[in-house]
This record gives sequence, structure tokens and C-alpha cells, in this order.
Amino acid sequence: MEKRRVVLTFPYQLIDQPITYHLIRDYNLVVNILRAKINPEEEGRLMVEISGDKKSLDEGMDYLKRLGVSIQPLVKDIRWLEEKCTHCTACLSICPTGALSVERKEMKVSFEKDKCIACGLCILACPYRAIEISF
Amino acid sequence: MAKTISEINEKIKKGEVIVVTAEEIIDIAEKEGIERAAKKVDVVTTATFGPMCSSGAYLNLGHSKPRIKLGGGKAYLNDVPVYTGLAAVDIYIGATALPEEDPRNKVYPGEFKYGGGHVIEDLVAGKDLKFTALSYATDCYPRKKLETWINIKDINEAVLFNPRNAYQNYNVAVNLSRKIIYTYMGVLQPHLGNAMYCSAGQLSPLLNDPYYKSIGVGTKIFLGGGVGYVVWNGTQHNPCVKRTKRGVPCAGAGSIAVIGDLKEMSPYWLKGTSITGYGVNLTVGIGIPIPILNEEILYYTTVKDEEIWAPIVDYSEDYPLGREKIIGEVNYAQLKKGKINFRGKEVSTASLSSYARAREIAEILKNWIKEGKFLLTEPVKQLPSTNSGIRLKNLKERNLD
Ligand code: SF4
Ligand code: SF4
Repeated sequence: MEKRRVVLTFPYQLIDQPITYHLIRDYNLVVNILRAKINPEEEGRLMVEISGDKKSLDEGMDYLKRLGVSIQPLVKDIRWLEEKCTHCTACLSICPTGALSVERKEMKVSFEKDKCIACGLCILACPYRAIEISF
Repeated sequence: MAKTISEINEKIKKGEVIVVTAEEIIDIAEKEGIERAAKKVDVVTTATFGPMCSSGAYLNLGHSKPRIKLGGGKAYLNDVPVYTGLAAVDIYIGATALPEEDPRNKVYPGEFKYGGGHVIEDLVAGKDLKFTALSYATDCYPRKKLETWINIKDINEAVLFNPRNAYQNYNVAVNLSRKIIYTYMGVLQPHLGNAMYCSAGQLSPLLNDPYYKSIGVGTKIFLGGGVGYVVWNGTQHNPCVKRTKRGVPCAGAGSIAVIGDLKEMSPYWLKGTSITGYGVNLTVGIGIPIPILNEEILYYTTVKDEEIWAPIVDYSEDYPLGREKIIGEVNYAQLKKGKINFRGKEVSTASLSSYARAREIAEILKNWIKEGKFLLTEPVKQLPSTNSGIRLKNLKERNLD
């Protein structure tokens, strides 16, 4: 048995398809959804833990790739470096879970680790390298 | 009741000056009315803190022994190329310069980890920077190669000189295409997934002086944590755009060129900036005091976020192709709520410019003036305004043969 934690990003045309069902039935995988965010008409994002034997896992991943789902390995740890943050808010509209948020009166940004699914998207959005990952 | 700048300066020296920020003046004027507020308040401070690509610094490194002529040669600071088309040991480091070996967008989207903006931040932070140069020998400048460490405290001059800063209003960027794009306005999600803006709105300097009645050549300002001056209008200064009834431009309009002693500045207010998929940049903190010389000048400083409208522009096609198309308009009060409704969709908004930091600058400048550390200056020349007839030109390409 092997476990993989990944973030799956679905293009909007795939959102209403029973992909996890196929992973479970056709590839004999155990799919544990850790967090999900789906906006109709947009992208969907699932943070999942998938377990099964290596061969089924590889095949399952290939199936997802063929469908056009992008797969990012889940990073272990996201760190928000407060002293580097300029509170610009550039990361906010990218963060799918609201782990990065701003208090609108002070316009100060903060990071709630519990809400973070470690998708790493904010790293691309932050111009001041105030977010770091460790794998 | 008109005041003069020298009267205000007298008050500053006596410690009697009344200074408020461009946010605070809104409430004061609402409560007391324009006339009384203009009598009471002497200075309104404005500020902005955002990426400003047309920025850079010139340095004079001092002569080596034997001498080298950098002019006409090639030189690098921490491997980032600097401009050498000047005198023997004068160089200019531009905010967007990249090391030759940076992969740029070859691995898309490029990370742009280090470039000119970061060199400037490191220099200001007092770090040693690696300087390397190759040139040609002359009878008076025989040396061809130089490799050394330099430090801001050991060089003759380090002057921040930015040809275009503090844009008066700016586009709101969206992406109408089906794929994610990486722009100078940040990461834009497909299908109108988000909207990025970049202005301090009601705190922003030129939005509080829409017709440039007090800000002009010679205006003393807060620049990068030190003191600087407005030296000219910025490049692409474009005052004749559409404006609202109260004079607020509805698109990018005026801008300023600024200068100041880099040795007095701080890395907290000059930040190297890495914009994924786009390049490097320098984020600059600017604060400008507006002397309340009369009621009209005060009235303009009372502008509120909901009165400042920005054009929504598609950065997937319209902007790159140079189509001047505005697909909507939105005001800064809406943008700052974090969500706008556009084309029947709720679109989340985010900013590249930091309102929290702009506020901090407006407060610092207010305190400098209150404590008598910062006197105001009289502009020596006005910036071109709405009667200038300026029209922004696009490049006319002509066949070379
Ligand atoms: S990694 Fe960043 S973008 Fe992703 S959930 Fe965590 S904070 Fe948000
Ligand atoms: S993008 Fe970076 S600097 Fe800006 S608020 Fe987010 S973490 Fe802070």
C-alpha cells in the first residue's frame, strides 16, 4: 500500500463528472478527500489522499492526466513570513481556501495554517517571496 | 483665507501646524465643511506603496587604481547588468534588469528571483554587492577588468532616480481567456477568475491633487524612507484623459519622476519584487504632502474611494494586442471589499499595491511635519495639466529599407 497526497485541479468542463468514483471502482483506490473547493463555471480543486498499490496508483494518475486534471504533489508545509509580507493582498484572490485573508479595516493580511491545503498557488502570486514551502 | 507655503512652514517651525492624512481629511471635511476644514488644516499627507517599474539608481563608484573606464564597457552588480553609457565610473541600475543567465520564461512561468530591484534593495540594506566589469583600455584608463565588492557606504553617490512613479489611477486587470495568465498585474485566473488592481485610491498622491495644483517640479516628498523631490512629470504623463465631475481621471493619467539620496533610504520602503511569469521590479514607497493653500486644494484631497473609478481591462487579449478597450468600470471602494460583481459573476479582487503600507507612510510623513523635521517646498514649475493638449502616442513602426 502506498499513499499519495495531491492537489487535483479540474478544468471547469470536468467538474460534474464522477472522477473519484472511477478512481475507486476502476482503479481500486481509496480516495480520501481532505478539502475541496469547486466553483461552477470555473476550476475545481480537490486536496486528496489516495492510497492503493503502486501500479494502480500510477494508472489512476495517468487516467486523471488524460482527462486534463492537473496534479500537484501536496507540499508539507507552507510558511508565511510575516516580516517579508507587505500586506499588498496579491495572494488573496488566488488562495482557494481563504487561508490567506485580510482584515478589511486595517488592510492587514494574515495566514491561518489550519485552513491551508498547501496547494502552493500563493507562492506564484506573492511578489515579495513572503511565502515559503518545504516539501 | 488663502495660505502660503511659507506661512505653513512658519507654523511647522513653531510646532503649530495641523497635519492630517488623506484618509482623515475625509471625515473632517464631512463634519466641519470644506471652508472650516481648509482654515483649520494646513497639510494633508498622501502616500502609495506599489511596484513601479520605471525606477532605478545611479551610482558613482569612485576610481580604481589603475583606472578603468566603465563607459562603453560592460558591468554587473551581483551578476545583474547595469547601464554603462555614462562617464568612467558612473553606472545606472534599472529595476527590471535581469542576470544574463536568468532563464526568464524558458521554464514557464519564470520565477524571476533576482534582478535590478533586488540589487537596489540589497544596496540600500547595506549589503556588500559583487561588482564585475570588462572594458577596453585607453591611454588614460588602462585597466580592462575589475572584480570587487562594493558597499553603499563606500561609494561616492547613490541616487534613486525614477523616471515614472506614482501613477494617477490604473487599470484593473482581468483574464477572459480559458487559461491562467501571468502578467505584470499578477496571476490572473481564467474565465474572470479574479481581478487585480494597483493603486492606493483615496490615499494616492496624484488622486488627491488631480489637476496638479500643488504637486510640481521641486515638491519635496517622502521617497523610499528618505527625502526626495519631484523632478519632472513622469514618462507617459497623460493628463488629458476622461475625468469625473470632480476631476478624478478614469484611467492611468499623470505620473511623476522623482529623485532622492539612496543612502538615506531604507529597504523596508524599497523592495525588490518578483512577478511570476513577468519579471523583476522595485516596489517604492512614496509620500507627498499637499499644502492646503485654499479651499479648492482641500476639496480635492477629500476624494473618497467610491469616487475613484478604474477601467477594467482584459489582459489575455485586449491589453497584449494593444487594443484600447475598456470592458467595465469599478470604483476603489468596491475593489477594496474583495469582491466585485462583473458580467453577472462574483469576482474576487486583490491588490499589488499595499494600502496598509501606504497608510504607514502617510502617518510617518505627518509626524515628520508635525515634529518640524520636514518643511514644504514651493514648486518651481507646474506639471502639464488638462490644458496641455498632451496625447499619448503609440509607436509608429516604419519599414527599415
Ligand atoms: S498554499 Fe497558499 S494558496 Fe494554497 S491554501 Fe495554502 S495559503 Fe492558500
Ligand atoms: S502577496 Fe505576499 S506580500 Fe502580498 S499579502 Fe500576500 S503574502 Fe503578503
